[in-house]
Amino acid sequence: MTASGRTSEQADTQTSSDDQGQEAVIRIRGLSNRFGSNIVHQDLDLDVRRGEIIAVVGGSGSGKSVLMRSILGLLRPNGGDIEVFGQRLADTEDAQRIMSRRAGVLFQDGALFSSLTVLENVEVPLKSHRPDLPGQLRRDLARSKIQLSGLSASTGSKLPSELSGGMRKRVALARALALEPELLFLDEPTAGLDPIGAADFDRLLRTLQRALGFTVFLITHDLDTLYAICDRVAVIADQKILATAPLDEIEQLDNDWVREYFHGPRARAARNQKTAHG
Amino acid sequence: MSATNPSGSNAELAPDPDRDGLLLARGDWTLANVERLNRKVESLHGHVTRLDASGISRLDASGALLLERLFCRTGQKPAESGLTGQWRTLFEAVDSACDDAHEPRPEREPQWRQVLARIGQATVEASASTRELLNFLGMTVHRLARTMTRPRRFRLTSTVYHMEQTGLDAVPLLILLSGLIGAVVAFLGATVLRDFGAELFVIDLVTFAFLREFGVLLTAILLAGRTASAFCAQIGMMKSREEIDAIRTLGLDEIEVLVLPRLVALLITLPLLAFIATVAGLVGGLIVSVLSLDINLTMYLDRVEQTVTLKHYLVGVLKAPIFAVVIALIGCLEGLRVSGTAQSVGEHTTTAVVRSLTMVIVIDALAAVYFMEIGW
Repeated sequence: MTASGRTSEQADTQTSSDDQGQEAVIRIRGLSNRFGSNIVHQDLDLDVRRGEIIAVVGGSGSGKSVLMRSILGLLRPNGGDIEVFGQRLADTEDAQRIMSRRAGVLFQDGALFSSLTVLENVEVPLKSHRPDLPGQLRRDLARSKIQLSGLSASTGSKLPSELSGGMRKRVALARALALEPELLFLDEPTAGLDPIGAADFDRLLRTLQRALGFTVFLITHDLDTLYAICDRVAVIADQKILATAPLDEIEQLDNDWVREYFHGPRARAARNQKTAHG
Repeated sequence: MSATNPSGSNAELAPDPDRDGLLLARGDWTLANVERLNRKVESLHGHVTRLDASGISRLDASGALLLERLFCRTGQKPAESGLTGQWRTLFEAVDSACDDAHEPRPEREPQWRQVLARIGQATVEASASTRELLNFLGMTVHRLARTMTRPRRFRLTSTVYHMEQTGLDAVPLLILLSGLIGAVVAFLGATVLRDFGAELFVIDLVTFAFLREFGVLLTAILLAGRTASAFCAQIGMMKSREEIDAIRTLGLDEIEVLVLPRLVALLITLPLLAFIATVAGLVGGLIVSVLSLDINLTMYLDRVEQTVTLKHYLVGVLKAPIFAVVIALIGCLEGLRVSGTAQSVGEHTTTAVVRSLTMVIVIDALAAVYFMEIGW
């Protein structure tokens, strides 16, 4: 199974170098992470292409969040190369500098600043990266991001604690979009939402991604999200990326975890729902 | 998608010199250029009827917001502007989501009414929280009495654990602090008393100060910071993770399980710690006296022996159980008042420390007046 993962990896690399339209925004080679004696990643490779929605799936503790934190520079990897937008990330400081300007992040619980209003939350990245903007324009830009995320402009004056879980995620999305990122990282965007709210969020994400054209790196457990919006899926298991491919190819993988995950009753339900909706 | 060109020199909005009323938009209409473009949009004046957006090479949501404003002015449909395919999709997405109306500022109440409202609110809150504290004190006493009749239900292990946490672990810090304060008091006394040639009375000063006030007060202040916050955070985290609800549904009583062991632990350790603090303070004074005031060891000890009476010691140590109750109850109560979020834990922890410190000092001041009046 590792062998099949390898081949599909190499195939990816092949296409990305052949096709200009599919250049890699993130290119990870030989990444390794370990905490003490616990090896999380070993020799992990991954390419994320421009303009796609890629989902990283894997069992609990398989190192999905660690992977995301390594790319964002919140964690120093033990080895390997991470290239983002063609630039090699030399250290965590470097990564944080590049990422804060060109990537948006949506953390699992939104990570909104609880002492600031919704509007002020969305203004934070604008304030720190574009201090030259006049206040009125900055507020208008922030308000437009809030509306783009599907909230009404009047939400802006509320505090995060007054919002429902789904609304908080939308505010976090608005904040992540504030600097017009080329790359968006989402950690479990639909966790803790009811199925209707989760489906709405998936739809919103897809619409925005089509309109604004950013690349999405998504960590999820939500099978509905996978079937509804993802272009490619990367399966993380045994300390590396087992395979990166469209969903129908991943489903056919010969791996215990994959079989259980994609052929369990919940997966069947999600797949049926997708076919029902066309 | 967004331009990473920080200079942002290639975005342009200018009237067409040949055709009257036609505006030409060119270049990267992105966040990098939005400030410059916004100025141009705002400084537009005169007759504008049409916008030609076919020259736009890049567009993002920020640029689209400005375009939307321009289209509002010209009253033109985006399709007529020559905006190319990919960017038109983007513009339409932004356009349909945003109504670029300026938010009407909510009407503000006049300042004096805001001030009055806040004073009123603070008063109501203060009285409510005092009532809550008294209520909580009553419930705790009730549970304590009930547990005494059924001593098996008392949680000994938990109590011993908290005695270690709040008592034993605080000893090194307490010795250090009291010793230093003792030294400072001795120095202070020496500075004043030297002029009268009464340096010997430095010993009286240190002894009085530590027996009557500082020994127990320093301990209480230290524990208010160290223990009230710990109690509040521990119980608060349990509350926010619904562990308190679990305790109730399992037929247990949260006061009996969580509050009583902490209260009893503090009731035992605080007087002991106060004694240690008193001794440490006296030793601090001793070190200063011997090293820099020409008072020798025997003289110091003799003088302390003459000064110390049971009465002075009682004035100090009688306050210890009161402080223990105040610190334990406020810490636990604030913990139980936590609601949900991690921020709430932080807020209540702060409140716990502030309120227990305030109460400790106020009670100490009242006690000082009382003991003075009864002539102790």
